Amino acid sequence: MGTRTEVLVIGGGSTGCGVVRDLARRGVDVTLVEKGNLTNGTTGRMHGLLHSGGRYAVSDQASARECIEENRVLRDIAGHCVEETGGLFVKRPEDSEEYFQEKLQGCRDCDIPAEVLTGEEARAREPYLAHDVEKAIAVPDAAIDPFRLCVANAVDAENHGARIETHAEVTDLLVESGEIVGATIQHASGKGPREHGTPGEEEDIYADHVVNAAGAWAGRIGDFADLDVAVRPSKGVMTVMNTRQVDTVVNRCRPKGDADIIVPHETACILGTTDEEVGDPEDYPEDEWEVDLVIDTLSELVPILQEARTIRSFWGVRPLYEPPGTGTQDPTDITRDYFTLDHAERDDVPGMTSIVGGKLTTYRMMAESITDHVCEKLGVEAECDTADVPLPGSEREGDIEAAMERFGLRSPVARRSAQRLGSRTEDVLASCEPNPVVCSCEGVTRAEVQDAIEQAGTDLNAVRLRTRASMGNCQGGRCAHRMAAELHPEHDEESARAALDELRAERWKGQRHALWGEQLSQAMLNHALHGATLNEDGDPARTDTTVEWDAFDDGAGADAEDTHATGGDTEGAHGD
Amino acid sequence: MAIEDDVLVVGGGVAGMTAALAAADTGASVRLVTKSQSTLRHASGLVDVLGYADEELIADPFDAIADLPADHPYAKVGVEAVRNGLERFDTITGDLYRGGHTETNALLPTHGGAVKPTARYPASAAAGLASDERDVLLVGFETLSDFDAPLAADHLRAADVPFDVRGATVSFPGTPRADAKITRYAHALDEDDDDERERLAGRVERVHEGEARVGFPAVLGESHHAAIRAALADALDADVFEVPMGPPSLPGMRLEAAYERALRDAGVSVVRRPVDGYETDGDGRLTAAFVERNGQHIPHHADAFVLATGGLVGEGIDSDRGGVHEPVFDCHVPHPADRYEWFVDEPFGDQPYPRFGVVVDDDLRPRDAAGSIEFENLRAAGSVVGGADFAAECSGTGVSLATGDAAGTAAGNDTQ
Repeated sequence: MGTRTEVLVIGGGSTGCGVVRDLARRGVDVTLVEKGNLTNGTTGRMHGLLHSGGRYAVSDQASARECIEENRVLRDIAGHCVEETGGLFVKRPEDSEEYFQEKLQGCRDCDIPAEVLTGEEARAREPYLAHDVEKAIAVPDAAIDPFRLCVANAVDAENHGARIETHAEVTDLLVESGEIVGATIQHASGKGPREHGTPGEEEDIYADHVVNAAGAWAGRIGDFADLDVAVRPSKGVMTVMNTRQVDTVVNRCRPKGDADIIVPHETACILGTTDEEVGDPEDYPEDEWEVDLVIDTLSELVPILQEARTIRSFWGVRPLYEPPGTGTQDPTDITRDYFTLDHAERDDVPGMTSIVGGKLTTYRMMAESITDHVCEKLGVEAECDTADVPLPGSEREGDIEAAMERFGLRSPVARRSAQRLGSRTEDVLASCEPNPVVCSCEGVTRAEVQDAIEQAGTDLNAVRLRTRASMGNCQGGRCAHRMAAELHPEHDEESARAALDELRAERWKGQRHALWGEQLSQAMLNHALHGATLNEDGDPARTDTTVEWDAFDDGAGADAEDTHATGGDTEGAHGD
Repeated sequence: MAIEDDVLVVGGGVAGMTAALAAADTGASVRLVTKSQSTLRHASGLVDVLGYADEELIADPFDAIADLPADHPYAKVGVEAVRNGLERFDTITGDLYRGGHTETNALLPTHGGAVKPTARYPASAAAGLASDERDVLLVGFETLSDFDAPLAADHLRAADVPFDVRGATVSFPGTPRADAKITRYAHALDEDDDDERERLAGRVERVHEGEARVGFPAVLGESHHAAIRAALADALDADVFEVPMGPPSLPGMRLEAAYERALRDAGVSVVRRPVDGYETDGDGRLTAAFVERNGQHIPHHADAFVLATGGLVGEGIDSDRGGVHEPVFDCHVPHPADRYEWFVDEPFGDQPYPRFGVVVDDDLRPRDAAGSIEFENLRAAGSVVGGADFAAECSGTGVSLATGDAAGTAAGNDTQ
């Protein structure tokens, strides 16, 4: 049986979430489908840089101007997703002076505030910069949380009548008389938030227009209607450090190259990155040399990185696109610009528009552009207001002091909760009393986890992205089972167990790339906790083994007195 | 004044403390140097000997030990050493532990609701045995997110335990701060200043439906745990037990206290400082280990040495991107050159890294890459010894007891 919507948006990354918000605010009936959780693709796998535009100030000034413009917009409308860290372009002795001057001039040409700092001044700002760093250009780079940003866009869209379906994969496009009229969706569980262990269903969604915002996967969507959308996915590694060695975005001031940026992000720093074209956005090698390269090269800027603890590495694929016939060889040379492909004009197949390329910083502008395009087709005349209206959570400053007072939290916990929740702080924290900490590395409380579960169902990875629970040093070693316990009794034991197993597998995937030194010790501690103390690997419920209970000690024959009254009090024991 | 002992033990976990006590039993003078708090507070407090062999749950660990591969620590020391280690453990812990009445493993509920095999268990956990068929009520505290009693109960049912089990959540008297440490609960019950024991019993009574056994998270006191259990049991007219949990572990701390008492009674000197170097006689024997104190490196001389610094968790085994090493005496630790071969992709797959450790001969003396003895008078014990994945096979404390007892006894005998 089919359902109807005016516009179907495919893809729950920043572009799709931006489009669904914009369309919904203009009064269009819109449905978004995403095959994983929101930000499942590239958006959730980037370093979290909100560009000042400085990075493109020499090579691509049009992009640079868009970046600084949107950088200012996002500080206004998405304050609770942005940390105003500032950024530095740092010059080492071996880096070109000529390029440094070009970068400075480029920033000025593009209206990007740029200030030259001496090496001493740069080190006064970032004490761990190498002693031989000569000088730097300070620009308004910032850190942005892509998860929070996408969720806020999706929530606003829902508030304006949109339907958001995650874990809903497009398995085919519906084509009638040469026109795309919708898509077939396979739900991983029921409609709405994910429910582990619930069988899914298929749904045909008919739409007046389809927006293909599947990013690196856009080519696969195009294939369903024999459309050639030649996305060239390019992988890059991001290595997560356990602490903030820098509080400012640090870029290497040189033309282009791997391993040239450090982005402080929440409690961590993210080192990036590499740039290699891959054939399949889901199946590509995650290589040891990439991790070594970012650590070793960025240690030239910040030497303590060489010995510092990394907690995991992850890879993302850029959805690079260039028009047919451009023929660029090196992926680092492919434009970072975005393209709107109207398949009616381009391929004579009406009913769908693809949007490809682009970057997170300009997601809203891209969304506005394609929404204008779709509205024109639909004859909708409403104006775009997404640059002016704050996202949910950013309407007003979350009242941190009041939250701390009211909820009796240790101040760092309350402060971090308030940073994550923005103006929703009061509402969320008031929903749960008492409100213990579930994840102690990141200071995430039960109220936040419950709020995320309400949105995401049993998908603990989506809960993780919303709250940061299990993203700290222990990588879920101590809190994964606590997060799963928050699912119960709303969701049954089997669902909670399946969700825990999935979270553990995801956490392990990234940790594999950080297994030496302290993180290998941490992995061993987690292995002991999960494998011995909790015995999750030998659990009869998981391994489906039948235990011969009477073959084991049942206490009979113990010569002790009754068990509860003895057991030697240990006066003089100590410890806390 | 020169510091000189017969035996110097480096490391303060179960293996090191056992080795020190075993050496002292031979009449040797013993000093134990440990750099930090023991990892006992990270452990559940259960004493596993061998729970799995070839991934099969086993009821009789002693039977299975005979079939272990030759590089397993148990195969090095032999089954008698395991029995000796357990006997020493039983003597040290006395009333604090149960399980010595049988060689059969016990199954105990975990705080996640699975069950795990173990050979000795705290008396506080004894009434929780999964092979006991009496009904169970599990009680959790709403401020303690580490133990969700209703979920654990449902999980135990999914594991098909042979008893009825139900879970309930109550608020702990005095409503501790939402993010209170686990030890705060224990201390509140220890001190009982505001009748916390009685008030807790009252809250549990309201959800108790006559189950013969009532289980709590393992926070029932640090010092007065027996009295607290007895008070709860009297009020509820049921056997009361604790479910062991992760760090910080109260049963682990109680065990640590028992060992510390034993060390004091045996006259072992304990130095809480890091070891940061050693010297030899140039002829393959250690003569001293250097202990760091206020920037100085104080030589601690001995005739025999025991390395019991722990595995990857205790940092007895250390690593960097280039390789894996043993940082105190720089003993050889075999490992693949490529760090991407230290792990497998499945979280619970057959992981190589948990087996990292020094290679020992049957006398527990570490061997170098060529197979020669590293130092004539150095033995290794506990998880610094490689060859076993103690978490997967549930053998951690057992290996520490067996190798600690064997290494300490041999070191002591060498000096007498």
